[in-house]
Amino acid sequence: MLIGALGTLLVLAFLGAVLGRDKRTPALVHAGCLVASLALLASGLGHLGQPTDAATTMVLPIGLPWTQAHVRVDNLAALFMVIVNLSAAAASGFGIAYAGHLPEPRRVTPFFPLFLFGMNAVLIADDAFTFLVSWEFMSLASWALVLSDHTRAESRRAALVYLTMAAFGTFSLLTCFGVMAGPGGDYTFAAMRAHSLGPVAGSLAVLLALLGAGSKAGLVPLHAWLPLAHPAAPSHVSALMSGVMTKVALYALIRILMDLRGDVGWEWGAVMMVVGGITAVLGVLYAVLQDDIKTLLAYSTVENVGVVVIGLGLAIAFKADGKTTLAALALVAGLYHAINHSVFKSLLFLGSGAVMTATGQRSLGVLGGLLNRMPWTGAVMLVGSAAISALPPLNGFVSEWLIFRALFKGPTLSHWAMKFGVPVVGALLALAAALAAAGFVRAFGVAFLGRPRSAEAAAAREVPAPMTAAMAVLAVLCVVLGAIPVTVTKALDGVIEPLTGVRFSVSANLGWPWLSPVSSDWGSYSGTVLVLVGLSLFTFTIALVHRLGTRALRRADAWDCGHRESLPDAQYSGQSFAQPLRRVFAATIFRARERVQMPEPGDCGPATHEVSLVDPVWQGLYASIGRLVDYIADRVNHLQFLTVRRYLLMMFGTLVFLLLVVAIRQQ
Amino acid sequence: MTAILLQFAHILLVVALAPLVTGWVRLVKARLNGRCGPSPFQPYRDLYRLLQKEAVIAHSASWIFRAAPYVTFAAVWLAACIVPTFTTDLLLAPAADLIALVALLGLARFWTALAGMDVGTAFGGLGSSREMLIASLAEPAMLMVTFSLSLLSGSTSAAHIAAFVLSGGIGLSVSLGLALAAMVMVAIAENGRIPIDNPATHLELTMVHEAMVLEYSGRHLAMIEAAGMVRLTLFMALIGCLFMPWGMARPGADLAEIAIGLGAFLGKTFALGTVLALFETSIAKMRVFRYADFLGGALLLALLATIFHYVSEAV
Repeated sequence: MLIGALGTLLVLAFLGAVLGRDKRTPALVHAGCLVASLALLASGLGHLGQPTDAATTMVLPIGLPWTQAHVRVDNLAALFMVIVNLSAAAASGFGIAYAGHLPEPRRVTPFFPLFLFGMNAVLIADDAFTFLVSWEFMSLASWALVLSDHTRAESRRAALVYLTMAAFGTFSLLTCFGVMAGPGGDYTFAAMRAHSLGPVAGSLAVLLALLGAGSKAGLVPLHAWLPLAHPAAPSHVSALMSGVMTKVALYALIRILMDLRGDVGWEWGAVMMVVGGITAVLGVLYAVLQDDIKTLLAYSTVENVGVVVIGLGLAIAFKADGKTTLAALALVAGLYHAINHSVFKSLLFLGSGAVMTATGQRSLGVLGGLLNRMPWTGAVMLVGSAAISALPPLNGFVSEWLIFRALFKGPTLSHWAMKFGVPVVGALLALAAALAAAGFVRAFGVAFLGRPRSAEAAAAREVPAPMTAAMAVLAVLCVVLGAIPVTVTKALDGVIEPLTGVRFSVSANLGWPWLSPVSSDWGSYSGTVLVLVGLSLFTFTIALVHRLGTRALRRADAWDCGHRESLPDAQYSGQSFAQPLRRVFAATIFRARERVQMPEPGDCGPATHEVSLVDPVWQGLYASIGRLVDYIADRVNHLQFLTVRRYLLMMFGTLVFLLLVVAIRQQ
Repeated sequence: MTAILLQFAHILLVVALAPLVTGWVRLVKARLNGRCGPSPFQPYRDLYRLLQKEAVIAHSASWIFRAAPYVTFAAVWLAACIVPTFTTDLLLAPAADLIALVALLGLARFWTALAGMDVGTAFGGLGSSREMLIASLAEPAMLMVTFSLSLLSGSTSAAHIAAFVLSGGIGLSVSLGLALAAMVMVAIAENGRIPIDNPATHLELTMVHEAMVLEYSGRHLAMIEAAGMVRLTLFMALIGCLFMPWGMARPGADLAEIAIGLGAFLGKTFALGTVLALFETSIAKMRVFRYADFLGGALLLALLATIFHYVSEAV
């Protein structure tokens, strides 16, 4: 079934390319993708239900003449297949109606199935060769999708930056696998698992894995391409890039650090926690200040990847310290957050696609009042915003709760660096969570509430049913994954046991609806009970109020302290909402400066208000690298204009040098 | 069985008592200002009066505006259900620990802030924006207080921490004092009290919470006001149960012990209310952009509480 579904995706890509001219092709191809992803989802779920150590392996005669493609599905791969194909199914369903609205569907249709194929193939690869080829499939297909709207200059720039970073990432991973394969060069994962590395080679492999997978996942400072590329693609592809492709990168990280190399030291756990903490805070700070909905969502992806990496780093640190139960808790927390993020981020990106379909706009500055015009999209976006703000009883809160639980046990680690570092990472995580709530109150409030700020927003209509249905499925999942956390953690048991060595039921102590990790005295949580009690209190309150008081309701003009204003521009905008946060948090990090210019008395010109921000990572790191490359290129440029004599001299010098090298090697 | 009964008594107690606590604080403040002040039972009458009035809402308001008061009230009430007042023997105690408590209050704030933006007025947005700024600093501080308390007691559940302190597990320690200071600062911010916000003002530029709920009237306003009152009682109960749980009834307590617990809770709450009124009368409200200093200080104190715990362990 697995291979059949993957084959179907390839056939669909071919059909999309050949039959591109037909108007019905985009809808057909996306419908085919929906079926294929549902099949892959079923096969992933089916595998998760099997015993822990069950793994399906296959050897396919594909590849270079002397290699074969090794395929293996174990529980970790099956879990990520579920994550990938759940969102893929929703995005395909959304795409059935959405792809027709795109300016150039022919540039999207063939690459969408290829992108899905690449992501699934990465997950089942069992040798470095298959893994890297599939990884490139995923990267290049998504690159083509980023470039689908090639008439916009930003898209072209985004695609260029993305291609550069993707090449860097693949190069790092290639070298990483090279180091792990050792001089024997056996490229299968089974051989790498058996192979043990020295301290230097081991650290090098971990560093390269972090660079390679981290650049795809969007860890600071390798995140620079992500907020450019993810928003540039069509929205249902953005949903997959942000919600799912980053998860494939995290899968690579887990596969390499916790499976292929089982003995990563606690120092790397500490590094990952610090990087994760910084990524989370910087990502959300960027997000709070954005005006473009899709860029805002992409930056929020950076934040959530940071949160997951904190969980993974903590798991590695606990495991290296011999505390396997706590390692299992941290890993469950990280994986749970990965699942949750794929669900609500896909939902939010699809919602942004719906907003763009209805209004043609994606800037907060021209939206507003959409909830009254697009009730379904508004409702599901509300669920998504609440979930990503980590509010109970939705799913985002459960995983953040688990990560906090694991972090709060960080002081039991034996190294003092970790003891002191853990509270700081905890504070960073708490700050990121609180800022995320502020950011999504802002995004949802400005776009969906208030009065419309433009004619397009005022004329918005609800999107077609397949689009709302795809979003509604994800919104329901946000609620379900939050309301029955214990069922989810039980299902994760089989995934973490091979990695941490313990079979760990987080709900061991208090039984079903209570999530009480490790010991019942530690503090527990039950989404199920909170939902039931909360709903009864809510109903009781409404019933009581309506019984005690009047139900009379009158519509009138807004009160607004007596200021009667009709201009919608007088409302709080995204910019003004972010102003206090910008002043408090961004003044030092982003060197945010405001300049107000008032016209002279008697001058009828408008007053202006300018805000300038400096991106520390782009300016500090990427711009300097760019300048360095320019400088070297400038110097090397002279080599093009030498005389023949000089060239001959240089060739002679090179020959002598190489002969010397050979001579030294011979001794 | 007793846990169920006690839980019901607790749920009703917090809601029934909340207006009286607010009335008490107002009365003490009035006396300190040299006024006679209304009866402490005035908030009950105010709420009833608001319930009788018709609700007026703006043309541009969506369903969020009408749902928000109830969601806010239910979320705060739910949070109050799990903070022990007179007994630690609560049925719902395992359903949410302090982390979940912070998040439940966050849920209430999320809805109020959205309601502030719903009508599309300048004041509503201003209030929401400032409220989220305050939350973005107060929430981390509260979580770090939780962190240091969980270090001291090994648990994040309010009932467990109270039981641990009661059993003499924590002596007088520097960490506990720092955590208390941070907690008080967070409580002031969360409840919109002076110096962060002024609950009595209707002066446009100094409002935060009041600006957010400016458009509300009738029964909706009553629910928002009631939610604020329950929140104030919740924080007093929280400070009482985490830092001075003396007198609280334990599981398996008889009627006399429960009565003592009830008396102790009432005594602590009204004492804390008096302290709050004294504090509010003696200082002035601060500028909006000084909030970051105040709440950043709370965050730092909470972090220091953790560090001091390590130091005291190592010595």
